[in-house]
Amino acid sequence: MKKLFFILSMALFVSGCASEGNSDASGTSGQPATGETKAPGTDTYDPNRGEGKFTDVKVGDRLDGVMAGRGEKIADLKCISCHKLTDEKLVGPGWSGVTKRHKPEWIMNFMTNTDAMIDKDPKVQAMLEICMVRMPNQNLSDADARDILEFLRKNDGVK
Amino acid sequence: MKKTLYILCSYTAVLLLMNLSGCKPKNAGDAIGSDAAGKVYVAPGKYDELYNFVSGGFSGQVSVYGIPSGRLLRVIPVFSTDAEKGWGYSEETKPMLNTSHGEIPWGDQHHLDLSQTNGELDGRWLFANENNTPRIARIDLKTFRTAEIIEIPNSAGNHSSPFITENTEYVVAGTRFSVPMDNENGDVPISSYKKNFKGTLSFVSVAPANGEMKIAFQMLLPGMNFDLSHSGKGPSSGWFFFSCYNSEQAHTLLEVNASKRDKDYILAVNWKKAAEYVKQGEGKKVKANFVHNTYSESTHTATSKMESEVTLIDVRDFPDLVYMIPCPKSPHGCDVDPTGEYIVGSGKLAALIPVFSFSKIQNAIANKTYDGSYGGIPVLKYEAALYGEVKKPGLGPLHTEFDGKGNAYTTFFISSEIVKWNVKDLKVLDRQSTYYSPGHLTIPGGDTRKPYGKYLIAYNKITKDRFLPTGPELSQSAQLFDISGDKMKLLLDYPTIGEPHYAQMVPAELISKNSQKIFRLDENKHPYVTMGEKNSKVVRVGSKVHVYMTAMRSHFSPDNIEGVKVGDEVYFHVTNLEQDWDVPHGFGVKGNRNAELLVMPGETTTLKWVPEKAGIFPIYCTDFCSALHQEMQGYVRVSVKGSKVPISFSLGKNSEAADEILKK
Repeated sequence: MKKLFFILSMALFVSGCASEGNSDASGTSGQPATGETKAPGTDTYDPNRGEGKFTDVKVGDRLDGVMAGRGEKIADLKCISCHKLTDEKLVGPGWSGVTKRHKPEWIMNFMTNTDAMIDKDPKVQAMLEICMVRMPNQNLSDADARDILEFLRKNDGVK
Repeated sequence: MKKTLYILCSYTAVLLLMNLSGCKPKNAGDAIGSDAAGKVYVAPGKYDELYNFVSGGFSGQVSVYGIPSGRLLRVIPVFSTDAEKGWGYSEETKPMLNTSHGEIPWGDQHHLDLSQTNGELDGRWLFANENNTPRIARIDLKTFRTAEIIEIPNSAGNHSSPFITENTEYVVAGTRFSVPMDNENGDVPISSYKKNFKGTLSFVSVAPANGEMKIAFQMLLPGMNFDLSHSGKGPSSGWFFFSCYNSEQAHTLLEVNASKRDKDYILAVNWKKAAEYVKQGEGKKVKANFVHNTYSESTHTATSKMESEVTLIDVRDFPDLVYMIPCPKSPHGCDVDPTGEYIVGSGKLAALIPVFSFSKIQNAIANKTYDGSYGGIPVLKYEAALYGEVKKPGLGPLHTEFDGKGNAYTTFFISSEIVKWNVKDLKVLDRQSTYYSPGHLTIPGGDTRKPYGKYLIAYNKITKDRFLPTGPELSQSAQLFDISGDKMKLLLDYPTIGEPHYAQMVPAELISKNSQKIFRLDENKHPYVTMGEKNSKVVRVGSKVHVYMTAMRSHFSPDNIEGVKVGDEVYFHVTNLEQDWDVPHGFGVKGNRNAELLVMPGETTTLKWVPEKAGIFPIYCTDFCSALHQEMQGYVRVSVKGSKVPISFSLGKNSEAADEILKK
């Protein structure tokens, strides 16, 4: 009996050499799970634009009041639980001045591609160390995000 | 001991083989062999190839496994309350467990059938039956939630259910325990079984667009036990086949008294013709009280409606609707092969398997090749309906599934094995032991026109010595076999939730691609939704207190509430403002005799609480949600009856009432 256990353990031990070359031989056709991230690519990542679908967001010199109004409503539902309109931190940082600290593209990308930016952006990572809560992806459409951007501009005094 | 040694030796051999093949350069031949571990290993972060939906038996629920790994992915609450998901505890889900007898917290779930289009799996819905208090549930596979439950009147022991027709036109329910009809006086001697007890077969229509169920008609039949059923397919698609036992019409000691006759029956039902008759206004409308519970995705709320009438068709009035086919020894499983031509009856106490031919049945009906009648129903001559018999397959055949390559696989309870046989020549090809005493089995698509083959799972009733002991009660088990080759190969044992009866298996992509991730806030039509933290509030209406509360990582709004009094009915309507996948929030209040909540992203769910004494009652999030989850808490102050403390609520500051007290 003991001998058998010995053989068994040996078999386990020796079979270890199979593990590397055999790792994809599981025979299952499963897709990889989502959420895998690459190491922060310092050479390709643009900290001014962020990462996402927005490369060039045009904003007017003057405020679009209709958009800002829509943006405020969406923000009330999905954002205001954690962000104050002042510079006071609640769960996340206060919104005052955000459009002066970041480019429109960066803000739009962060709102719509949240998880990827949390994993890559140096400023976001610094903020995460202060807030200790990852900003949730609130499933904003592109239009929602643009409306919220206009509301942020209004909050920063654009008229 | 010998057995243990033998098993150890085999495992060692398996491991050595694995080892050899691993170190050699890979080629096609190496992947096959006795590499059971490699075949069921799904690497971390990888998905399984198939979903496996397994009945939960006396747990009343349905479990979902990934195959080939055998990993338990989810338990879907259906007929029993479920503490993990708040099913039957939240105000929104309580109506789902309502019946004409009142709320029933624990049911007995037996069989499952996935929806089909043109006889192939379409991945939309999963149907589940409740045996004890007859009901059928429809589970939506976008959300993996029970969307609808309909009660079946004039029935008891809803065993022959919820099998579907090949375009999901109908889901059926056949009575196992015949009883007097609901609208008749049931206060009769039990010994008057033959006179007063009847069986029914219910055909529940399923709306093609949204799946809504409706009892289209019931067929009235002589009192006996309807056991299992399957729809015809292809040429036989307008027919349904039900196994029947206790044709002796015994009402006591059925073990002996219902096993006397050499043959019972398989009932062939021309359901298309029955549906036509009903469309023409035939059948009798009878009074029947039964509930119809539906869960609305937009209001996140269930409603329970009492229905009052069904259409009953007495088969004696319609001689061309049903025929009896003699079948040896108390038939149990009743399975139709992928071509729709062969119907396999499995007599629980038989030592052979009869295979009936649909075309021969049609000829026998046309030529009236009868062998008398039973309760006014023509009985076909056994030989006139029989294609052939599988001789000496094993003892106690129960259920059969098909691989789409012309082979059938039958479980044998008494001889504890699975037997593979060829449908055409009826020859036994292979047999493998199971551990121990299998009931049902499943092959992906194995009861459809297009089986996917590859795997077979046997569901065993007895697992003595297979797992670590856990006291007197042992888990029942599933055993996964590879059926891609000529011989079946056992790959894996794993325990199940409750007693597994029937199960279904389906390639994962048919379902995973439609899986819903969140409930959208802008589609939330719950009457007590809180659309954003600014709208959170507490409103008193008489002795009812409605708390419009939001949850977001990681706080509730409001989180300080005062002015609640002993005996109030407090309703916490918690809206989860998250719109990200996999971020539910929980909600609990100390001392609540109801339960807790688990609220999905974008969902509103209500917890009722009737405080019984004055004091401070903490509330908190019960599902770890962020690094500040431990901070997601609050307090409710409960005052004595007649107290003057006004309703107040806050987040982030003291309430005015509290400030006043502090000033004093």
